[in-house]
Amino acid sequence: MMASRDDSTGLTVRELRVVFDTSRGPIFAVDGVALDVAPGEVMGLVGESGSGKSVSLRAVARLLHANARVTGSVRWRGQELLSLSDDQMLPIRGAQIGIIFQEPMAALNPVLPIGLQIEESLIAHTTMDKAQRQARALQLLDQVGIASGATRLAQFPHEFSGGMRQRAMIAIALAASPALLLADEPTTALDVTIQDQILRLLLRLKDELGMALLLVTHDLGVVAETCTRVAVMYAGRVCETGPTADVFANPHHAYTAALLRAMPGSGPAQAKLIPIPGMAPRLDAPSPGCAFAPRCTVSEPLCTTTRPPFVQEATRSSACYGRARL
Amino acid sequence: MNRGAWLLGRLAQIVPSFLLIGVVVFVLARLLPGDPMSAMLGDHASDATIARLNAQLGLDQSIPVQFLAFVEGIFRGELGVSIAYRVPVTQLIAERLPATLILTGLSAVIGIVVAVPLAFIAAMRENQWPDLVIRSVFQVGLSTPIFYVGLLLLTVFAAQLHLFPVGGYGEGWADHLWHLFLPACTLAFSFAAILMRSLRGAILQVLTAEFVDFARAKGLRSRLILGRHVLRNALIATVTLVGLHVGSLLGGAVITESVFAVPGVGRLMVESIFARDYPVIQSLTLVLAVLVSLAFLVTDIVQMWLDPRVGR
Amino acid sequence: MRAKIPLAIGMALLLLMLVCAAVPSWFAPYDPLEFDFAALLAAPSPEHLFGTDQFGRDMLSRTIYSARIDLQIAVFAMGGPLLIGSLIGLLVGWYGGWADAVFGRLADVVVTFPFLVLVIAIVAILGPGLINMYIAVACVGWVVYARLMRGEVRVQKAADYVAAGRVLGYSTGRILFRHVLPNAVRPVLVYAVTDMALAILLGSSLGYLGLGAQPPEAEWGALIADGRNFFTTAPWVSLTPGVAIVLAGLGFSLAGDGLAALLDVKR
Repeated sequence: MMASRDDSTGLTVRELRVVFDTSRGPIFAVDGVALDVAPGEVMGLVGESGSGKSVSLRAVARLLHANARVTGSVRWRGQELLSLSDDQMLPIRGAQIGIIFQEPMAALNPVLPIGLQIEESLIAHTTMDKAQRQARALQLLDQVGIASGATRLAQFPHEFSGGMRQRAMIAIALAASPALLLADEPTTALDVTIQDQILRLLLRLKDELGMALLLVTHDLGVVAETCTRVAVMYAGRVCETGPTADVFANPHHAYTAALLRAMPGSGPAQAKLIPIPGMAPRLDAPSPGCAFAPRCTVSEPLCTTTRPPFVQEATRSSACYGRARL
Repeated sequence: MNRGAWLLGRLAQIVPSFLLIGVVVFVLARLLPGDPMSAMLGDHASDATIARLNAQLGLDQSIPVQFLAFVEGIFRGELGVSIAYRVPVTQLIAERLPATLILTGLSAVIGIVVAVPLAFIAAMRENQWPDLVIRSVFQVGLSTPIFYVGLLLLTVFAAQLHLFPVGGYGEGWADHLWHLFLPACTLAFSFAAILMRSLRGAILQVLTAEFVDFARAKGLRSRLILGRHVLRNALIATVTLVGLHVGSLLGGAVITESVFAVPGVGRLMVESIFARDYPVIQSLTLVLAVLVSLAFLVTDIVQMWLDPRVGR
Repeated sequence: MRAKIPLAIGMALLLLMLVCAAVPSWFAPYDPLEFDFAALLAAPSPEHLFGTDQFGRDMLSRTIYSARIDLQIAVFAMGGPLLIGSLIGLLVGWYGGWADAVFGRLADVVVTFPFLVLVIAIVAILGPGLINMYIAVACVGWVVYARLMRGEVRVQKAADYVAAGRVLGYSTGRILFRHVLPNAVRPVLVYAVTDMALAILLGSSLGYLGLGAQPPEAEWGALIADGRNFFTTAPWVSLTPGVAIVLAGLGFSLAGDGLAALLDVKR
């Protein structure tokens, strides 16, 4: 389906589906997602809220709760994660795949000192002794740009500012030196000035530590600035993937094109903003055709009845019948 | 703000609390209808006798003066003389209070020991059969009056099986605990039900907190996540809940002591009502409210110790 | 779905209680006051399904006929605090300022008193009996309702429709009683249903202590107190009204929880 490559090194997601069982019936939050993240690369996963990007990320890390049914394939370094037991996941989570969340205030335990929250990751994944862990924790705080680390280690999350909390969460996620960092909207909860600092920090750490980054965001600007490749999601499905520059310059999917037109300052023509008409899709009754068809300006009858297949090209793939009309 | 200052501020709040408790009790005693005079002297006292007693009790003074005298009396530890027992109320309460304190303390311990693990089990197995069984049993517990639970336990375990004494208080610590075990279980029954129910909700809420997901994302074992991340937060909720329910435990002690003939202040209260022993009723109301506000204080201090967010 | 089963059970129990209170003669096999000296403290049998008391009165009939008083207790011991508390909560929540500050202090003090102790103390001053019990419960219980209502009103006060009502020139009274109150009252009413379970427990406890319903009014707690001397020899005398209390309490609390879940009211 996608570029055939050696899947024993990075992350390969195929046909990922997540269905939430609710009292009002099933919600098809993720409906067939395919993704690749190669070692050392920055992959962007972009879409509106409700497009299933965060759910996909949590499904990859097996963090969803009992009300979620996850099917498909998530291969990490050649190993199928979805068939592992919870115990078998333990040495992978945190140690090989780190995760950071959107709201550091919610993700950090309010009643435990930051130092302990870093240390427990080291206890779980390394053989360091107490002194080594202490040194490592200080080094981590230094790496993420938190000054006077020794005092900070004893402090609690509420004693940190918003940006510092996000840095602390990154330090915790990186404690055991994972090879892949999954970042779920890491800058959304922050002030604009701090957003940029955190993004640059993530990119710097990626280079220093040689890890790959899967960055989930709704912000096309963030993607343009940071990601080498991007996957665009709509209604639980991936519309298209490819190198960021190519996708932004020449979208192959009607939704990507519409999204770029609706975005200030970086559309292909620097033209006026055009909002996307219509309403967000319903996830309780997925369309048999393209989910974007009801809002699409270039749709044809086929779009509403038959799901467009993923078309594979050299570096890109997309699923849109109307590509020629874009 | 540092914690020392917070603690001082919290301790200082005790003063207005006590004062307001005093006002409420005073208002209760003086302004509501009711006639302590005829209760003390009988219906056939002469006007002169009534006037003399009025003067003796200060009832001929203005209300503010009476209130000041009342507060002054409290500070000197003088709460009047019991009409029924003819001894100072302070002495009477001092004799009766230990039984009540042991009873409520013991039942709080039993309630916590029963409710906390069950709340965890119920929350971990939400809507599965252990949860449904635990919740159903406690739902019945919430709907059963304390005196009825007491009568059932008394009949089965004391009168029929002779495992425990049918009532009283005994001599010495071990004997006290043995005598008070059934009453404490009685009192703990509804307390455990309330505690289990609220705690289950609190744990469920903590379990959905993002920091639990983040802890999982770090690759921590679920036992460690439960024992450290969840328990710590649930414990804070427990302390708050226990503190809030000290009042209902003391209220329940009034009934439990009556059922098991425990010579505590609860039973004293009920006896005093029928004896129209107003000084005792008034003082007990005061003392129990003071106990509750002290319990609130202790709760807040433990809270501060457990929760780094408090007082900083 | 899960909310509906407990709600249905609760409603069924309440309906049963209501019918027993309205027309006890439909269910009661005997006159509750009829002495049967041939069957003193008789054990449960086909004639007396739940046995008889020391005067040979049929326990099932006595229990059924008492439902009326316990239902009355549930309604009045909830209604007084509900009305007083809601009104106070509505006013202090709306006007805020010093009235709200005074209310806050007062509410803090009232909750320091153990509920039952304060009620008993007031009953002691007023004298035993149901009316005095209602007065005592209203004196103490209004705080819970006032706090609930105050919180809701403060939320509603910030809502857009209140500002819209002001722009349209509606009077404060109209906004308060026609618009704010109906929106704020739902959690209060849901709590009131659960509170009736507590009222039944309180009423029977005071009845048991002899401070509630006075003879000849027979209330379940008093019936249990009547039978307590025979608890080892003739347990059915106390067991029957006890089961009635548990069922009534279950009815109100299940109905209250079910309603809360159905209407999505947080507690």
